[in-house]
Amino acid sequence: MSTDAALAAPADRGGPAQPLLRVSGLKKRFTVRGGGIFAAKLTLRAVDDVAFEIAKGETLAMVGESGCGKSTTARLIARLIEPDAGELVFDGEAVGRFGGMALKEFRRNLQMVFQDSFASLNPRLSLLDAVAYGPRMHGLSDTAARARAGALLDRVGLAPAQFGARYPHELSGGQRQRVNIARALAFEPRLVILDEAVAALDKSVQAQVLNLLQELKAERGLTYLFISHDLQVVRYLADRVLVMYLGRVVEIGPVERLYGAARHPYTQALLLAVPSMNPARRTERSPLSGDPPNPIDPPSGCRFRDRCSHAAEVCALVEPVLRESAPAHWAACHLDDPSSGHPEARTE
Amino acid sequence: MPEIARARQGYWRGVGRALRRDPVSVVSGAVVVLIVALALLAPWLAPADPYKASMLRRLLPIGSDGFLLGTDELGRDMVSRLMYGGRLSLVMGVLPVLLAFVIGTSVGLFAGYVGGRWNMAIMRVLDVFYAFPSVLLAVAVSGALGPGMSNSMIALTLVFVPQIVRVAESVTTQVRRLDYIDAARMSGAGTASIIRVHVLGNVLGPVFVYVTGLVSVCMILASGLSFLGLGVKPPEPEWGLMLNTLRSAIYLNPGVAALPGAMIFVTSIAFNLLADGVRSAMDIRR
Repeated sequence: MSTDAALAAPADRGGPAQPLLRVSGLKKRFTVRGGGIFAAKLTLRAVDDVAFEIAKGETLAMVGESGCGKSTTARLIARLIEPDAGELVFDGEAVGRFGGMALKEFRRNLQMVFQDSFASLNPRLSLLDAVAYGPRMHGLSDTAARARAGALLDRVGLAPAQFGARYPHELSGGQRQRVNIARALAFEPRLVILDEAVAALDKSVQAQVLNLLQELKAERGLTYLFISHDLQVVRYLADRVLVMYLGRVVEIGPVERLYGAARHPYTQALLLAVPSMNPARRTERSPLSGDPPNPIDPPSGCRFRDRCSHAAEVCALVEPVLRESAPAHWAACHLDDPSSGHPEARTE
Repeated sequence: MPEIARARQGYWRGVGRALRRDPVSVVSGAVVVLIVALALLAPWLAPADPYKASMLRRLLPIGSDGFLLGTDELGRDMVSRLMYGGRLSLVMGVLPVLLAFVIGTSVGLFAGYVGGRWNMAIMRVLDVFYAFPSVLLAVAVSGALGPGMSNSMIALTLVFVPQIVRVAESVTTQVRRLDYIDAARMSGAGTASIIRVHVLGNVLGPVFVYVTGLVSVCMILASGLSFLGLGVKPPEPEWGLMLNTLRSAIYLNPGVAALPGAMIFVTSIAFNLLADGVRSAMDIRR
């Protein structure tokens, strides 16, 4: 298959122990104008020093309230937005650095599925054209690109003979999201970012798409960065969970450990907010009060302190850093650090 | 792959079908075709020489023997003059819009896609043009450039460019933020390809619809310029100019004097209705 050589599956380089993607010191500030033309410009730290790793073949879920910087982080990783600072290392190669991996090559290894299935498809391209567009951009011939697109549509359950010539508006949301998945897979990527990819679908369709994603992952050895605010879906899909709050990572841990023994009060509150099937565990009271603080002017010290029931003096003074409290389980909270001076802090 | 070709055809066939099903579009389309055909075929169809004057048969009424629609103030055959006049009037109605379409869409695409300071600079400059009523602007520019057909066409183009830029810019700005543009960037496409495939395809539709509606406005403005003596010069037959020269005959022979006006009216209404039809037929989600 000489025509396909341009899009041959990228090879594994560093072996299974090397993380597929290492993100470090990722920062992005947005400048927003205060009211009025002559008001001073304000800085919003959308993503503030985010660092994490994604291991090969795992599903890392990223959760948090709206506006906490999940999607911005995803777009920064995909370089759809230029980060102010930060480094990406993909399978041992620094992205966009001299001697490292070129951006185009990196994007081929990384694809994204967006939340809005309709907005992520060009209304004037037929489904087959939409999926074939990417491979064609990478130098595949027309015929080869379409053949590949047809096979992918078939794989996600949309028979190309029946659906190939259709337009996005003729499909249901679930079908459109399948097309988006097919398009993302057109490059044999190794990492797929699913940015709220199933959030807009109703529950039964959501389950179908999630199962499809699981199958594809096993079949193609994919790694997922799964961004979601649906903690039930996350529990079903993820291997590890990363919790973000106001542009910062507050907790990372294996999924069962995090759901069973969350360290950070914010994570605990999020988990309490999940509706339970068990009537005895239902709560009437919302575990989190108030809106997240204005990210333009976050509280000093711990950013969560003004909504936290455990807030103490030290929380206003010192910003907690991520600390490994149990194997592979990291949290950024003074409660979790015996040496923090927090009165309720865990003792070792 | 054959189904792709079928899909493309399918879309335009669908547009054609929707147009044919709409009686207003059919009638207005027929009128446009008729007027264009009459103008194009004027040299072969016209019963008389449109420039041949005769003092003996000035201002004959409609239905006169040998002069179906009468004669004008210099005794020239009105049927022939109206047919020949259609050539200039249509050119002056369509060409400036076409030019403005090309220029306006390019500028609007650029401003909308690049955004930021460029967008600000371009749009604010165009707002200055936008501040003038279009008739006033056309008259002012045309007057400054001097009378003549090409000058008045430049003036008309200038009148329409800001409007088209604004439509193209606002659609581009909307499209640019959509996820499929990001998805295209993720697939490694260059800016040129993204603009051509993903932006232009979705911007051209709304702009085209807007532009079809401008043809009738342009025809009326062009006629207005000729009426004021800024466009076509006598003895060339042009509907606006004919309206002007026949003005003095309005008490003597109101029927003949009103004919060029009626032609302008019918043509612009037909273009407008056709544009409306095309607009609804082209809506992909119909």
